Amino acid sequence: MIDAVGHPSSLLLLGGTSEIGLATAERYLAGGPVRVVLAGRQSPRLADAAARLTRAGATVETVEFDARDAAVHTEAVRKAFAGGDIDIAVVAFGVLGDQEKAWQDIDAAVELAEVNYVAAVSVGVALAAEFRRQGHGHLVALSSVAAERARRSNFVYGSTKAGLDAFYTGLTEALRGEGIGVTVVRPGFVHTKMTEGLDAAPLSTTPEAVADVIVSSVSSGKEQAWAPAPLRFVMSALRHVPRPIFRRLPL
Amino acid sequence: MSRTQKTLAGWARTAPSRATVLSGDEVVATDRLAEAIAGAGDRGVIARGLGRSYGDTAQNAGGLVVDMTARDRIHAVDATTGLVDLDAGVSLDRLMRVALPFGLWVPVLPGTRQVTIGGAIANDIHGKNHHSAGSFGDHVVSMDLLLASGEVRRLEPDGPESELFWATVGGIGLTGVILRATVRMTPTETAYFVADTERTADLDETIERFSDGSDEAYDYSSAWFDSISTGAKLGRAALGRGSLARLDELPAKLRADPLKFDAPTLLDLPDVFPNGLANKLTFSAIGELYYRKTKNKRGQIQNLTAFYHPLDLFGDWNRAYGSKGFLQYQFIVPLDAEAEFRAIVRDIAESGHVSFLNVFKKFGEGNRAPLSFPMPGWNICVDFPIVDGLGEFCRSLDERVLAMGGRLYTAKDSRTDHDTFAAMYPRLDEWRKVRDAVDPDGVFASDMSRRLRLTP
Repeated sequence: MIDAVGHPSSLLLLGGTSEIGLATAERYLAGGPVRVVLAGRQSPRLADAAARLTRAGATVETVEFDARDAAVHTEAVRKAFAGGDIDIAVVAFGVLGDQEKAWQDIDAAVELAEVNYVAAVSVGVALAAEFRRQGHGHLVALSSVAAERARRSNFVYGSTKAGLDAFYTGLTEALRGEGIGVTVVRPGFVHTKMTEGLDAAPLSTTPEAVADVIVSSVSSGKEQAWAPAPLRFVMSALRHVPRPIFRRLPL
Repeated sequence: MSRTQKTLAGWARTAPSRATVLSGDEVVATDRLAEAIAGAGDRGVIARGLGRSYGDTAQNAGGLVVDMTARDRIHAVDATTGLVDLDAGVSLDRLMRVALPFGLWVPVLPGTRQVTIGGAIANDIHGKNHHSAGSFGDHVVSMDLLLASGEVRRLEPDGPESELFWATVGGIGLTGVILRATVRMTPTETAYFVADTERTADLDETIERFSDGSDEAYDYSSAWFDSISTGAKLGRAALGRGSLARLDELPAKLRADPLKFDAPTLLDLPDVFPNGLANKLTFSAIGELYYRKTKNKRGQIQNLTAFYHPLDLFGDWNRAYGSKGFLQYQFIVPLDAEAEFRAIVRDIAESGHVSFLNVFKKFGEGNRAPLSFPMPGWNICVDFPIVDGLGEFCRSLDERVLAMGGRLYTAKDSRTDHDTFAAMYPRLDEWRKVRDAVDPDGVFASDMSRRLRLTP
């Protein structure tokens, strides 16, 4: 259970090497002990992530999870809950891919769709079932501002995040009466390994800043959040810019 | 419908969770209740009374919660022996109304009468008379406990099952479901108090009043203290101390009906208060008013509300904190930790976390129950509106309370962690052994038992 002051006893990161996910865990660890379950592919990076959180005071468990293999999602989520209740689950996995390749190469396009959308839906269903069984919990899904309006430069990625965004926004409503919270977080450009080498967009942010948004949204029960917060208004305006103008914008 | 899905929270309205709530006939018929417990599934069962515990003791996410208020019979009142045999779901309010005409007084009253007998035992509640009368468990002559196995056992404090009796006292519902109890009441001639009220100027004087031996002259004593003012006014208090009045102490007007239940309520607060209304400005003003209203007076005759339950003038007062709720932080530290205790009071006042309802009391001896809260020491209770940074502040308080050999109260706690709790209750393992013997599979479970890792 998330306690009276908003501190969880346990946290599940799906995408156990996600920099935003790990920053979120560290934020919670600053407020007291947390059991963290890292779900990801066994790799040196996952071991590093586990070591990093252990140093920060967490009790860490790892669970084998591959977003590309939908057949094992239910089992991976079940294993993540086997060690006790999960108070907060963050759906943090995702790939950016090569955007020019992605709209021309079938395999590249399908892989993006499978990881970012299909897997997000599949674990969402499994997480909802576990949360309903335990009678409490909070789900955080990492969407993107790219989900809000398709852009020439990254519309394949944007389309997968749009699917995720719609699913979790709907799931928020479905779980409302069950005492289970869902928060959809829409970061802008985040400086991470995933975006290394890309030109930063305006209002770019860091994993730590996104983690702050996640922590405050969960504790206040916010269902939709942008990181940084002003992007909400920027995107709201951009959604209504006529296409002939929108395509000329340097985005 | 005897089974419904409900979202339950404690009195402070924080950390709610969903559970299946069993109520009505299925709770009243013991065999059906036992059957429901047997079929509860892996999320387990917890009994719930009137929901006055502040935190997560009486909620059980994803599991079964037994609404005990359906078991509400008072079976027998014996005016000669002072023994009352009653169901666990009876409230102290009702017990008081029924027993008063027989000249019997509820032996231990907490800050509200809206608690059940089962809850009073399971939390081993205390009141203003702790130094003279101990806690609720000390007045229980016997109780019937429904075990995970479906068996009902009669437990007595000194009988062959005394270990299970004392594990159940303060055991927050985790040994089984308390079905029925026999309670030894306190004989009284009247339903009024002879009270002395006085103001102290600062913390030194407040502590002095509780240390100079004057407390022993009263059966009941506690103080409201100022936890917002810093500097010279720090820890100034309004003391209320008294004893049940004898008939000859009452004025003629009240003597005609000395055992009348006299506890007025003004109004129920509606659920319209915004978050943030409970702040330093409003609390300082109300606190100042409350402090000034207290005059130094001796031998006043006061009714129950005036002396004991001033908050009952406002029903549902927890709503004043808005939807975010609040957190009650109650701790006790041994008497010899006085210096550090003073430092804590000062740091609370200087923390920026504001609390209005501050209770200060010196406790007497504790009892045999491993998880009972009271012990000889300084008891303080404050309540903070939920704001950012409160968690960190409370963790720092936990560390200091623990370092002094003190502890937190389960009926109030809603946030501490399992390691801290275990260190505060060194007899936890002894309790676990007795508990696990009657419920090895952890059928009885609650959100608190999972948070504090109390059960398997």
